[in-house]
Amino acid sequence: MTSDIDKTAGPVDTPPAGPGTIKAIPVRHYGRYVSAVIAIGILVAIVYAFGQGKINWHAVPDYFFDHRILTGVYKTLLLTVLSMVIGIVGGIGLAVMRLSKNPVTSSIAWFYIWFFRGTPVLVQLFLWFNLGLVFEYINLGPIYKNYWSDFMTPLLTALLGLGLNEAAYMAEICRAGLLAVDEGQTEASHALGMSHAKTLRRIVIPQAMRVIVPPTGNEVINMLKTTSLVAAVQYPELFRYAQDIGQNSGAPVEMYFLAAAWYLIMTSVLSVGQYYVERYYARGSSRALPPTPLQKIRANVLSIGRPKGAAA
Amino acid sequence: MTDKLTKTESTTTDPSVPMVKSEGVHKSFGPVEVLKGIDLEVKSGEVFCLIGPSGSGKSTFLRCINHLEKINAGRLYVDGELVGYRQQGDKLYELRDREVAVKRRDIGMVFQRFNLFPHMTAAENIVEAPVQVRGVNKGQARERAMQLLERVGLADKAQSYPSQLSGGQQQRVAIARALAMDPKLMLFDEPTSALDPELVGDVLDVMRDLAESGMTMIVVTHEMGFAREVGDSLVFMDGGVVVESGHPRDVLTNPQHERTQGFLSKVL
Repeated sequence: MTSDIDKTAGPVDTPPAGPGTIKAIPVRHYGRYVSAVIAIGILVAIVYAFGQGKINWHAVPDYFFDHRILTGVYKTLLLTVLSMVIGIVGGIGLAVMRLSKNPVTSSIAWFYIWFFRGTPVLVQLFLWFNLGLVFEYINLGPIYKNYWSDFMTPLLTALLGLGLNEAAYMAEICRAGLLAVDEGQTEASHALGMSHAKTLRRIVIPQAMRVIVPPTGNEVINMLKTTSLVAAVQYPELFRYAQDIGQNSGAPVEMYFLAAAWYLIMTSVLSVGQYYVERYYARGSSRALPPTPLQKIRANVLSIGRPKGAAA
Repeated sequence: MTDKLTKTESTTTDPSVPMVKSEGVHKSFGPVEVLKGIDLEVKSGEVFCLIGPSGSGKSTFLRCINHLEKINAGRLYVDGELVGYRQQGDKLYELRDREVAVKRRDIGMVFQRFNLFPHMTAAENIVEAPVQVRGVNKGQARERAMQLLERVGLADKAQSYPSQLSGGQQQRVAIARALAMDPKLMLFDEPTSALDPELVGDVLDVMRDLAESGMTMIVVTHEMGFAREVGDSLVFMDGGVVVESGHPRDVLTNPQHERTQGFLSKVL
């Protein structure tokens, strides 16, 4: 750091590279260095406090790749993906219904969103779980017939509970996205003779995706964490397995740390995925695509290490 | 039903039938009456210019022609067929969205704000409607798109996104996009009003070229030079009515009506 300052501080006597090339001394942000030192200090203190607490940290690596934990991770991811698929498909459908000129479909969508957004997801999970009290059989005519209790497996209960609840939230996100697309786009498409459905599918939805993707990424991460509730309907996933191991091995708190670490890893991977999906839907919207994380890191490192005037 | 519509449309291109005929067209937005009885006729192959102060209803009238706006009274015909309705006996039936869409295929429209699809390249913008609406195969459509881009002088911009093009270039792509549907009528809604002055010329050149090829064009414009040079008929609208009409040269150089004189003295 000192060598950096030496290079540029004081009167610079190197000749200019070309006429008009500005080689100015950049503004020094001393506050940044100070705040970085303070932040690192606090972090070290927190890590130290946890390190010397009465926690058996060795239990975490011991069970980190335990087959039950890995099964839990797999089931958590499966639940997240499937419920989000239900949520996104349902959400787009509901958003289109809600914006429809047909008063029947828009009222149905309004009612659905009103109910599923207005009740807690945990309550909904229990309702799905206990629906056998209302329906004894499921009878789809010649296609399928069974006892309700056999039909409604824990997985299906969890998926319906999470997915249908998510659809209500996604509907509002999608509606905002659809409304954000300029009306001129719909007009231009109609003027070319494209039908409502084609206009929606080919013109409006692809543009709405730019607005829809960021909050949807948020929803995916939320969903990943919400899956820990489905232990309530007897579907075991990461959190339930971690709890089980904790009770059997006598290291319950350690297993919570383990679960937290796995959730963090999964949400981090999802965030990276989200970033690239956003990049894909940003095409054509700005002259230069946003930088990838790697490019961003490289640019940041360069700007700290070297004054900008010289870097150019 | 749809088949029948397309068939009749393609066979009625008879020069004696006016391309657009408007009889007492009224249009209101809520309590505001924007069009107060428009009567005019646009002949096939003609370049028809609509001028007038902003708020005079000229853009609204243009949008009525391809049923982007519903008229409240009067009759509007395109190529001898009612716009937006079907007449059986003395009853009018509203057309279904699908039927309206079929009629719009044959009417190209160019907007003041271009309205290119920003998530598609120039070439994809042009290919979209022929492939999706007419069912043209993709290879053919792309070939046609390249010819059209060449015609508007943008062959090298096929792979550019609209955001990478200047306003004038975007508008020329928009014209190519409309032409890709082989329309029998082109509507221009102030095509140069959103452009920087030095870009207007390129767009007008493309329109002039189009006029020479015999396309029927209705142009809402503030470009009096273009109207005088290329136009075959001109209508001056103010306050939702046609104030004066005639050959552009006559109306522009020797306006009879006081309001026309007032307007022209400001813009010329």
